[in-house]
Amino acid sequence: MIEYVWLIPLLPAVGFLFNGLIGRWYNLDKRVVSWVACSVLGLSFFFSILVFFSLLKLPPDARAAVPDKVLFDWIVSGGLKTVIGYKIDPLSIVMAMVVSGVSFFIHIYSVGYMHDDPGFTRYFAYLNLFVFMMLTLVLANNFLLMFVGWEGVGLCSYLLIGFWFERDAPANAGKKAFVVNRVGDFGFLLGMFLIFAHLGTLEFNEVFAKAHLLDPVTVTMITLLLFVGATGKSAQIPLYVWLPDAMEGPTPVSSLIHAATMVTSGVYMIARCHVIYSMAPVSMAVVAIFGAATAIYAASMGILQFDIKRVLAYSTISQLGYMFLAVGVGAFSAGIFHLMTHAFFKGLLFLGAGSVMHALSGELDMRKMGGLWKKTPITFWTFLMATLAIAGIPGFSGFFSKDEILWQAFSSPHGHLFLWLVGAVAAGMTAFYMFRLTFVTFLGQCRASEEVKKHIHESPPIMTVPLIILAVLSVIGGYVGIPHVLGGRNYFHEFLAPVLGGLPEGAGHASLSLIKSAYAAGAVEEIGSVNWEIILMVVSVVIALIGISIALYLYILKPDVPKRLAQRFRTLYTIVFNKYYVDEIYEACFVSSAKKIGTFFWREFDDGVVDRSVNLVAGLMLWWGRVLRKIQTGYVQGYALGILLGAVVVIIFLIK
Amino acid sequence: MNQLGFPILTTITFLPLAGAILLLFVPREREELLKWVTLIISLVEFVISLPLFIYFDEGKAGMQFVEKVPWIKEWGVTYYMGVDGISLLLILLTTFLTVLCILSSWRAVEKSVKEYMISFLFLETGMIGAFVALDLILFYIFWEVMLIPMYLIIGVWGGPRRIYAAIKFFLYTMAGSVLMLVAIIALYFLHGKATGVYTFDLLKLYQVSLPIKTQYIMFAAFALAFAIKVPMFPFHTWLPDAHVEAPTAGSVILAGILLKLGTYGFIRFAIPLFPAAAFKAIPVISVLALIGIIYGALVSMMQDDLKKLVAFSSVSHLGFVMLGMFAFNVQGVQGSIYQMLNHGVSTGALFLIVGMIYERRHTRLIADFGGLSRVMPIFATFFMIVALSSIALPGTNGFVGEFLILLGTFKANPVYGVFGATGVILAAAYMLWMFQRVMFGDIKHPENRGLKDLNFREIVTLVPIIIMIFWMGIFPKFFFKKMDLSVQHFLYDVKARYEAAVTAPEGGGFLVKGVKGSKVKLLIKE
Repeated sequence: MIEYVWLIPLLPAVGFLFNGLIGRWYNLDKRVVSWVACSVLGLSFFFSILVFFSLLKLPPDARAAVPDKVLFDWIVSGGLKTVIGYKIDPLSIVMAMVVSGVSFFIHIYSVGYMHDDPGFTRYFAYLNLFVFMMLTLVLANNFLLMFVGWEGVGLCSYLLIGFWFERDAPANAGKKAFVVNRVGDFGFLLGMFLIFAHLGTLEFNEVFAKAHLLDPVTVTMITLLLFVGATGKSAQIPLYVWLPDAMEGPTPVSSLIHAATMVTSGVYMIARCHVIYSMAPVSMAVVAIFGAATAIYAASMGILQFDIKRVLAYSTISQLGYMFLAVGVGAFSAGIFHLMTHAFFKGLLFLGAGSVMHALSGELDMRKMGGLWKKTPITFWTFLMATLAIAGIPGFSGFFSKDEILWQAFSSPHGHLFLWLVGAVAAGMTAFYMFRLTFVTFLGQCRASEEVKKHIHESPPIMTVPLIILAVLSVIGGYVGIPHVLGGRNYFHEFLAPVLGGLPEGAGHASLSLIKSAYAAGAVEEIGSVNWEIILMVVSVVIALIGISIALYLYILKPDVPKRLAQRFRTLYTIVFNKYYVDEIYEACFVSSAKKIGTFFWREFDDGVVDRSVNLVAGLMLWWGRVLRKIQTGYVQGYALGILLGAVVVIIFLIK
Repeated sequence: MNQLGFPILTTITFLPLAGAILLLFVPREREELLKWVTLIISLVEFVISLPLFIYFDEGKAGMQFVEKVPWIKEWGVTYYMGVDGISLLLILLTTFLTVLCILSSWRAVEKSVKEYMISFLFLETGMIGAFVALDLILFYIFWEVMLIPMYLIIGVWGGPRRIYAAIKFFLYTMAGSVLMLVAIIALYFLHGKATGVYTFDLLKLYQVSLPIKTQYIMFAAFALAFAIKVPMFPFHTWLPDAHVEAPTAGSVILAGILLKLGTYGFIRFAIPLFPAAAFKAIPVISVLALIGIIYGALVSMMQDDLKKLVAFSSVSHLGFVMLGMFAFNVQGVQGSIYQMLNHGVSTGALFLIVGMIYERRHTRLIADFGGLSRVMPIFATFFMIVALSSIALPGTNGFVGEFLILLGTFKANPVYGVFGATGVILAAAYMLWMFQRVMFGDIKHPENRGLKDLNFREIVTLVPIIIMIFWMGIFPKFFFKKMDLSVQHFLYDVKARYEAAVTAPEGGGFLVKGVKGSKVKLLIKE
């Protein structure tokens, strides 16, 4: 079965070609289009599961050593040999299942959501293309093919953000996403060049086998450059700015691309490259710090937004920060674990938001919502499940994965008390803004206009069934990785261990010594790590509950308090509400200065200097021509005089 | 005489000329007939050029399909033609693009159709001749011959400032060429002095090893001629003018082929004739290429005229070609050659596309468009694919070239590589911004509301290009294997002779000992 792994990405490509060419050309019926688009995805998901089970049949060590499936040579030039080839190991197949599975459900949801859109066929063609590119990214067996997927998903993101291109905002957002991603890709490219310059190959197996040949400086540079790529694709500081704008796209797109799959590529890439990242402690620290910083920074912006999709967008950035924190402290499989659970609950949250918009005639502002839970019960309950999961309430999937990250941030040899602290505070903020969102949207009085109120209705089954499936996954998805300390067995890590190695086994020495010194020296003698794991788990749950309580207090019990708070802390409120003015700063520093430089080069330099000197040379010739023309008078006497003078000069010259 | 048993190179070189002569006998009123005859000739030409590719022996590095006949014996001029892996693909690009140009001219050319078609066929002979010539005089003739029809195409069928643009194009190119001619003659005498054989045979001239100072002067003369043609910064200002004024097909050929003759000139003449100077010139050429990449992109971003935008993007793209070539490693040079083809395909297509909307709206100002995607969905799809190819999206042809160029450059000099890679970001910025302003948003101008989508002929013109974009992007090996050995041979040969020149005693060559740079002038006088 493993031999047929290439079918997994190929099927969506077939769907893309069918709908993109035949579907659009012949204006095929919506039913045909949606059946084709969804069934290729279903098949792709099915094949992923088949490959997964064939992998399970192998002994654990053999799972990571399955030979790559190479289709054909791609770019071959001198020492560079790259292929179109797929890598099958536990990591790639987990990703393939998450991607194809979540995509499948979102495709089905989209059939309902996009039903009345005139661009129906185009939408599904793009969506299939996206899945093809995403599967190429996760299944590639070399950096260059991964980069194809990497830029390819960026293209689809561009096309789908700007799907409603008639309006300026989506078109701008799409372009911004592409260009910002290209800044990241610039780093990725340079990282690849460095790898090739030192190792002479871009194939994962060979690179990782030869990685020990790299000197520490080079490996640090490579990993940092690749991380630049990750900050672009996965919306981390400083390149996160495109993701909030990306919400201009259709909501299922936000769910699929900008929450569940594409934006996690950076995390996957680092996990895939864990061999070289493990060799570069500085890069690991950078990844962890940027991850933690992004987690708390984005969460702070999520608190004040009123647009439900933007809240979720900042939440996504923040959650991605957690994943980077995980891989940055060496807990690669914990990062992938959170990636998976996040795909379930964040995908669901966006789909839920889409369902709310569907009910409210496209409304996005939560101030005009409220009290929806009665009229849209399925949406409400599934949304609540996802909210509980993301808030890290015990028993829900997000609890297991997030808690593991926090524990690793504390206990891993690469970890640090402050990393844990930042993560824990951000978790509290997450719980707060997510419950704020849920309360304001679904509870209280309905604040929609009368006109809108009349049309409030639950979405059709084609949309609610995917919601229910994802809700189930959001609840149970975490039980594949129960921490040992709770007496469970961590199947997820065991499965990934042949690729990623086990989780770092540290007792949090760095963190603990900090705590120790915080106490009077010697006050805490022996600290058992198991105890600490439980303690921290309780602490993080308590923090989450505090966040929820504050949300409850502010938005249910005393709804007028937030306004007064905003009044009191006006400056701070304005700065955070305006997203710290980062967009404006970037606009001034990069966009308009590039435009100014371009204009200067064009008007002043190109026209004014370069071309003017060219024309000057030509002008000089004309001038000479005009001067010399005056000698050519046509009067014979004049010429005779000239001859005479010339002769005299010659004679004088000769006599001398 | 060659693997095909008939003089294929002469045939494909002069078939268009024969066609041009044939057109003389078609009455000028019968415009449809004139167009059809020209189209058929260009198609036949394309079909005949295919065996070149099919029968080209990729196991050989040297010249193939060689034809060599003494021409002017007293002066050592030979009728010498041949093809290697480097020129092979460029010839195919020429015959391929010419067909599309004729198709695109169907409605665009309204006056003097007969003369236009004759000029075009005449031009094709000049271009192919320049790619296959292996004798310097023969090359020079074809090189100059190309100028005339192009001058006419711009000057007669061009836009409002066509005379200015045509003269600028002609004189600028000419000024460079004259210096090259002087250098060719000097080389002839230097080689004759050293060996007693007076010849313009390029492959024999490769063997002469000149003192480094002489090489500098000669290289400079050749390089200037080619740099103007490429065009490299700061010799590029003729290009936007020529493009803006030229008719669509003129722009396609200008960008697609004529500029490639500049880069081809470097790789076939300037570098292998004077390898030591070429190696010493790496910093100069690379820095100019980098300036071209970044400067071209920034200026392109701010253009308000679509054709000017594409013209400046050409400056940027051709900067990549030069950068890769002067990396002097396999990836760089192969990427460079591939990028020549890519640029021909995708920038050629961009000009076709601009031409298509120009024919509908008679304006090229970006501000006059907006929202076209809604009224012209088929056009939008083609445009998008071509734009993506131009910004080197993986999976398209552009990526293969740009990636290899940057990889090769990075290997040779990481600093150049880093600066070159910024072009990747800028390209996305100017191309997508332009695309957005033309295609997205609301329809602001009522004139655009009724625009017709592409017709059958236009689709037929663009489909082959789209096929090439993906074919070259997904199966590059198909093309690379043809040029592989030639490129390796080129690099090996050039490096060996460079090392011989720098390690030779007293900095002189082994053939022309004692002739220092200062004596070149004397030699030329003789």
